[in-house]
Amino acid sequence: MNIIEQLEAEQIAELGKEIPDFQAGDTVRVGYKVTEGTRSRVQNYEGVCIGRNGGKGIGASFTVRKISFGEGVERVFPLHSPNIDNITVVRRGKVRRSKLYYLRDRRGKSARIAEKTNYKPLDDE
Amino acid sequence: MRSGVIAKKLGMTRLFMDDGRQVPVTVLQMENVQVVAQRTEERDGYSAVQLGAGAAKAKRTSKSMRGHFAAAKVEPKRKIAEFRVAPENLIAVGEEITADHYFAGQYVDVSGTSIGKGFAGGMKRHNFGGLRASHGVSVSHRSHGSTGQCQEPGRVFKGKKMAGHMGSVRVTTQNLEVVKTDADRGLIMVKGAVPGSKGGWVTIKDAVKKATPENVILPAALRSAAAEAAKAAAEAAAAAEAEAKAAEEAAAAEAAAAQEAALKEAEASIEADKADDAAPEGDEK
Repeated sequence: MNIIEQLEAEQIAELGKEIPDFQAGDTVRVGYKVTEGTRSRVQNYEGVCIGRNGGKGIGASFTVRKISFGEGVERVFPLHSPNIDNITVVRRGKVRRSKLYYLRDRRGKSARIAEKTNYKPLDDE
Repeated sequence: MRSGVIAKKLGMTRLFMDDGRQVPVTVLQMENVQVVAQRTEERDGYSAVQLGAGAAKAKRTSKSMRGHFAAAKVEPKRKIAEFRVAPENLIAVGEEITADHYFAGQYVDVSGTSIGKGFAGGMKRHNFGGLRASHGVSVSHRSHGSTGQCQEPGRVFKGKKMAGHMGSVRVTTQNLEVVKTDADRGLIMVKGAVPGSKGGWVTIKDAVKKATPENVILPAALRSAAAEAAKAAAEAAAAAEAEAKAAEEAAAAEAAAAQEAALKEAEASIEADKADDAAPEGDEK
């Protein structure tokens, strides 16, 4: 492991985030810390994860897409950001792509994702 | 003016701050940065330190350089650079500089050799606009335009920006903020990009366009000084511990003595009481 990887691993350990096992196609709820003036609260953002980027590094991120008031909204979250309070997997989807960009061109019925019925939790290493 | 240091560019990563901010940083590593020679006013007409960094195999070092390193009693170095310093900030030959030389929040200038781009056109090399996509332009969409006037002057001026070799020159990036240092591993993390490729050598100096902070270490953060400080600290700690122990012992002794005295007193009073009971002249005891 080179020093850059080592530094990133250390920083990830230091941040001590609990990141659930999720992938593209899963519906996730992200609790994001928002500061308004002096007060800070957690804002939930729920939608379909349409892709994960950056692998296992500190720069990893994931994109969550939802339809808000009839308008498609995509939001990219840094996976290890201290601003992320929690990530919960609401539903596991069955997809055959790692990036679900095709959902951008779809609406309604065709934008549905079937639920995964054979999900096996990862063994904690 | 104090010495700079030589470092190796390891690559870039990001740091998350407590408030969720992400800072892109370049990780620079100092590998055995030692003073190899001094330049003094009397002998050389200017004062500077020559630093060496990295480790080179002795058999791949030229004989003359081997002699030079031997004179300084240091291992052969991979990279050598000179830094102008004020005469009072000269560092003794053989001293090693640590990453504590810089502190978080300080601004530095980093110089290195930029990545070579080969023969590059005007658009890439000088940010020319190129020619139009249509309106009769053919073949030469990325060419530079005119290079001069007419029969008068009848030549292209010297220094005219044109296509040519790009990159692979010494570039200095000024005013980069030091975000974090790690003296154990010799790491310095500066915000933003630094010239050169991964594994390339760069030199770091205090920013010339910012006032030198008061708390910089003069003449430099040396390994020997750190060791001495650690030793002193250990000694002080040991002394403090010994003192504390002594004080504890003294306190214990005192307490014991007090207890004994109290016991004695109590005994005496009991005796006295007894004596009183037995006979009034028992007080003489």
